[in-house]
Amino acid sequence: MTEISNNKTEVIVVGGGPAGIACAVTIARAGHEVILIERGSFAGSKNVFGGAVYAQPIREIFPNFEKEAPIERLNIEHKYAILGNEDSTVISYRHKDTDTPSYSVIRGKFDRWLAEQAKKEGVIVVEETVVRELIIENEQVIGVKTELEEYYSDIVVLADGVNSLLAKQIGFRDKMDPKDVALSVKEVIKLDSQKINERFNLSDDEGCIYEIFGGPMLGMLGLGFIYTNKESISIGLGVGLDALCDRKIKPYELLDELKKHPTIAPLIKDGELLEYSAHLIPEGGYKKIPTLFGAGVMIAGDAAMLVNNLHWEGTNLAMISGKLAGETAIRALVKGDFSEKMLSRYQKELENSFVIKDLKTYRNLMDEAHQRAESFMGYYLEQVNEFFKMFTTVDSVPKRQKYHKFIFDFIKKRNIIELFKDAFSAFKLFWSILIK
Amino acid sequence: MTIDDKLFTVKYKPDESSHLRPDLEKCKSCKSKICTTICPAKVYEWEEGEKKLTVNYENCLECGACRIACEKNCINWEYPKGNKGVTFKNG
Ligand SMILES: Cc1cc2nc3c(=O)[nH]c(=O)nc-3n(C[C@H](O)[C@H](O)[C@H](O)COP(=O)(O)OP(=O)(O)OC[C@H]3O[C@@H](n4cnc5c(N)ncnc54)[C@H](O)[C@@H]3O)c2cc1C
Ligand code: SF4
Ligand code: SF4
Repeated sequence: MTEISNNKTEVIVVGGGPAGIACAVTIARAGHEVILIERGSFAGSKNVFGGAVYAQPIREIFPNFEKEAPIERLNIEHKYAILGNEDSTVISYRHKDTDTPSYSVIRGKFDRWLAEQAKKEGVIVVEETVVRELIIENEQVIGVKTELEEYYSDIVVLADGVNSLLAKQIGFRDKMDPKDVALSVKEVIKLDSQKINERFNLSDDEGCIYEIFGGPMLGMLGLGFIYTNKESISIGLGVGLDALCDRKIKPYELLDELKKHPTIAPLIKDGELLEYSAHLIPEGGYKKIPTLFGAGVMIAGDAAMLVNNLHWEGTNLAMISGKLAGETAIRALVKGDFSEKMLSRYQKELENSFVIKDLKTYRNLMDEAHQRAESFMGYYLEQVNEFFKMFTTVDSVPKRQKYHKFIFDFIKKRNIIELFKDAFSAFKLFWSILIK
Repeated sequence: MTIDDKLFTVKYKPDESSHLRPDLEKCKSCKSKICTTICPAKVYEWEEGEKKLTVNYENCLECGACRIACEKNCINWEYPKGNKGVTFKNG
């Protein structure tokens, strides 16, 4: 403690999100001194997500969280909704999995709970404090500057989220490009639990997730989402910032359009807006992972762009990367070695885990998706609905004639060359995901 | 529901000075004024008469989109002070 009052400690973690908390608690459990600095008035107060957290990775760090943490609902149904202008096709997978479930949570409550556990385990949590700068001496990070003071430490872990101004300060990250992030807006809509249960076909404590394609986002790299909380619905969307810029779209107007869609509107009818929010999502994937370590410093979670956007996974990659950074910090502390070489172990551990393996599997996804957004996120989605429209319409036109017309239109509207390009792109993508 | 109604649901503790400082000279020659479109909190407004960008920083949701999207890359963008800015209860 005396060292802390001298403003010197063993590890400083910047950012009280899942990455920072997992990291800090891992270090504290090994008996080392760690300070977690969070700019919000409490952990979670600046954080926004869909969303759902995944039980398995959290259990690795907080084995009892399912009994103790503020959880909304256990998700038993995933729905994939492809919206046309008026119509929609919905695929649904229902299964009450209690082995590896996901839970809807509210970050203002959940992150706060995580931080309280960390405090109980010896992490010193400093809230309402912004780290403005890293202190560097002889090319080694040796501490942080807040508004009021300087704190020194052997290691600094950056878990400061998607905007990571600190990673930028030390040159680990380039300037971000609009296509490397999605801008997300969300509304939390109050609805009593009985209505939620009826509308989503649930019992108390059971939840449902909607992933939404098309609709107002047709042709853009963007997804909508709905999550059910105990007594509210979280509805939102995330769209590539490049698409919003190119098309000059106001994000909240896009969300208003989504809320009006005939498939979505009845789900939120008569609800009252509790809170509007916005946040960025890192979308760059594997190719945009920054430098992950340097002398005296490591970087975890969204700050390291560790998000698997296809699967809406972020909190799990954040927690596991935070934990791995924590484990490397412990080794470094035991050896008294905070060099770049020592901390490079963190990157190796990440590469051996699902975190980097998954991002590598999907390394080509964003490039292909950007290039073919008009077809994969537009034309084909429309055609799914066109197909079901044709298939379900009874109008005394002979079926063979209808099929022929559908196929003819399908090819004509997109033209053969574009279809081949799409097929090639899809093949390349599947190859890179499944083979190498 | 207008964006102002939406923002009314957000809890803020505004700072006395702005944490968002675009280079207002550069804004004058900016073609897209893209910040006025993509900002989810309608923080930026272009006053055609005065040829000036107003910054309603009190409404900022601290997302960071304007920092990345700015046509001239000219926004000096910081987080508000530790006890200031937005507090999400349902994020
Ligand atoms: C709309 C949306 C939907 C999502 N849905 C899901 C989902 O369903 N499931 C899922 O697993 N993931 C989801 N994600 C992703 C997930 O939210 C993130 O990947 C995850 O929160 C990353 O955790 P983190 O700890 O790295 O960063 P964050 O959670 O962003 O935490 C960073 C923390 O650092 C603090 N901070 C930043 N800078 C400073 C500074 N200079 N000084 C002090 N403190 C600082 C911030 O206040 C914040 O508390 C979603 C994201 C969004 C935006
Ligand atoms: S986009 Fe940038 S340069 Fe253009 S008006 Fe906005 S802040 Fe100014
Ligand atoms: S950070 Fe986000 S909310 Fe704040 S001004 Fe920029 S775009 Fe608007």
